[in-house]
Amino acid sequence: MAILTDRKSLREYDVIIVGSGAGGGMMGMLLALNGVKVLMIEAGRNYDPQKETPMFNTPDKAPLRGKGTQDRFFGHYDATVGGGWQVPGEPYGDKPGTEEEFWWWRPRMLGGRTNHWGRISLRFGEYDFKPKSRDGLGFDWPISYTDLAPYYDKAELMVGIYGSTEGLENTPDSPPGILQPAPKPRAAELLIKKYSKGLNIPVVPIHRAVLSEPMDGPARAAKLFPNNPSAQRIVGNDMSMRAACFWATTCGRGCSIRANFQSTTVLIPPALQTGNLDIITDAMVREVMMDANGKATGVHYVDKITRTDAIAKARIVILSASTCETARILLNSKSALFPNGLANGSGQVGKNLTDSVGSSMGGHVPELESLPPYNEDGAGGGHVYTPWWNYKTQEKLGFARGYHIEMGGGRYMPGMGSLAILDQKAPGVYGKKLKEEAKRYYGAVVGFAGRGEMIPNENCYCEIDPNRVDQWGIPTLRFHWKWSDHEINQATHMQNTFAEIINSMGGKATPKPGKEALNKPGEIIHEAGTAMMGSDAKSSVVNSFGQTWDVKNLFLMDASILPSNPDKNLTLTVLALAWRSADYLLDEMKQGNI
Amino acid sequence: MHEPQISRRSIFKLVAAASAAGSLLPAGAEPPKPLSKHVNNPFSDPDYNNPTIPWDKPMVASELATLTVLVDLILPADEESPAASAIDLPDFLNEWVGAPYAENREDHDTIRGGVSWINTHAYKLHGREFKDLAEAQQTAILDTICDPAKAAPELAYGARFFQKLRMLTLGGYYSHPATWKALGYVGNVPIAGPYPGVPEEIIKMLGLEGL
Repeated sequence: MAILTDRKSLREYDVIIVGSGAGGGMMGMLLALNGVKVLMIEAGRNYDPQKETPMFNTPDKAPLRGKGTQDRFFGHYDATVGGGWQVPGEPYGDKPGTEEEFWWWRPRMLGGRTNHWGRISLRFGEYDFKPKSRDGLGFDWPISYTDLAPYYDKAELMVGIYGSTEGLENTPDSPPGILQPAPKPRAAELLIKKYSKGLNIPVVPIHRAVLSEPMDGPARAAKLFPNNPSAQRIVGNDMSMRAACFWATTCGRGCSIRANFQSTTVLIPPALQTGNLDIITDAMVREVMMDANGKATGVHYVDKITRTDAIAKARIVILSASTCETARILLNSKSALFPNGLANGSGQVGKNLTDSVGSSMGGHVPELESLPPYNEDGAGGGHVYTPWWNYKTQEKLGFARGYHIEMGGGRYMPGMGSLAILDQKAPGVYGKKLKEEAKRYYGAVVGFAGRGEMIPNENCYCEIDPNRVDQWGIPTLRFHWKWSDHEINQATHMQNTFAEIINSMGGKATPKPGKEALNKPGEIIHEAGTAMMGSDAKSSVVNSFGQTWDVKNLFLMDASILPSNPDKNLTLTVLALAWRSADYLLDEMKQGNI
Repeated sequence: MHEPQISRRSIFKLVAAASAAGSLLPAGAEPPKPLSKHVNNPFSDPDYNNPTIPWDKPMVASELATLTVLVDLILPADEESPAASAIDLPDFLNEWVGAPYAENREDHDTIRGGVSWINTHAYKLHGREFKDLAEAQQTAILDTICDPAKAAPELAYGARFFQKLRMLTLGGYYSHPATWKALGYVGNVPIAGPYPGVPEEIIKMLGLEGL
């Protein structure tokens, strides 16, 4: 069994998974390792990071020196295929009356957004599972940190995470033997740490899904799959074949040596080796098929190559299509039994949509001018960060919940904008003198990006647009958005903090008001909440295992099920939830309950 | 896991009675090959090893000749790095101003209008186009427009042009690997073992000991 290039699949599977990213990839791998016959249906094309990743390609080999454009927002070499903020032929819109325009990022490729993400992998903390109990806002999870902690351990062991243990409030450490060592900080990161100390702002090693050393595959696999010799063999061998980071090239391009986590480099290869996983690519699911008794029987999809309809059947259906696409499939799966969309007895599908609060600032730091050159590429992303540090003073801040700060600076691979600072710092200079100025200022800039928790509110949601279909004939989504004061005030706090740090480093920064400084909703690409888990069918869509209350053999496994969207980036938590859900599903299947 | 694997059969069955419309794969038809590339937009799924520029480069030889002189005045050759024209900056600028994005369309007007402006200006002053002037005459002109804050009001357009040209030249020049060593970028090479971190010399310079 394999990637079905011949488009021929089995007559019927145990499980269909829609989507191949973090949730779908992890579910697919764990089920396949346990002998379940799985069909994975991916809307995008097949994608092989080992063959396709442009690891060392330089800007001069790309159009416009690789600069980001509206076609390739994160630059020419970003690992996004067939999409971005716009997917050709697959529109979305804004609902009349919305205050903000929502941006919806979608790739169309095997592995989905796991090919491009920042690999920041922070565990949600104890408080993050019970936010409503703490401050009365949003929703509590039906589980607590201790329920998920063992699955964070497993997900981290499987994926490979670098980081450190710091013992900070609501910033869980991993047990010994799980994390790999964090890479040493770069000069700019250490300098930020030095000045942040004076402001009582902590700077500690970040956790990222990048291998800082080779994996001992057999030892890890033995811990992960103690009673499953074939899983130990397959996963153990595959882990040992992943290379450690060689401290070059940015992670956003993907990783041909498999040092960082992508579903396509870490989850799908061992899953395929079991022989229990089939994958159909270029297949766009439009709805979940149901029988007269309210059980899911499979999915109806459009084969994008022939533009024909097709059906795939299974005993169990799992939607891992991403937060908004999963909601779209549910809302489009209307029937006499489910007139408001599938699994939507609570009316919550599409509601409670959140994204991280994002705001950023850059600044010039004189001390970083004219430093002797050394290789600062590092792990293709940050080595340090600032976890939220204001729990004790939260009540005085004018907003609930926190944010973390991602930071960086130094001499990365030069691109079109790397010397933009010379417009201000060296106006009028040309000739040999300009080359001197370029050397002096290159890398003498630091940047800060805040990623904060948004609280779900009734004005932020997606729904089916009654008047529009995409090129596959599938009704599209439209979005409605309004920030609350919590997000706006939080962004103001971010701006003030960044300016304070930059000014303490000898730079000159002016903070903007939060409303102006906020990134677009959807722009941080951390959407969550459109089919949230809860403790009862009245107020939520799924239980804590992602099983829908209304349809027993229908599961959701992506960030749509998250009742809150803490500042700690979603992917690691989706991976942990998927593991917990797979254990539950396997057990239910064994017992014949599903 | 409960049932044996049955013989492989297509699930591309007629949806027929079960469900809605759509053209359907005829029985017995050869199954289609999956897409290796999406084709709606060349940048939606680029071929990294064979980059294509799907737009025209609009500038003609005389414009490129003027730009060749200008970019070399902005970033001339020295012992460590090449002249801007030696890594074909004029061709890059031609690619840049031909691109369909809003920023590039604006730069198109600024750069092409500016090349004409500077030739007219040179002609008025010296009776020749810019590239045929002596270098001292050329730099004398540049000195009057290189700093937008100091340029005379009647030269404002020329100053705006030069400001834009200088920044595009800086971007195009230093994003080319031939300039990196001189600039101080020494990355994009694999390192075995742990990341080495900051050299001791810099730790001392910046007072980063013990952090």
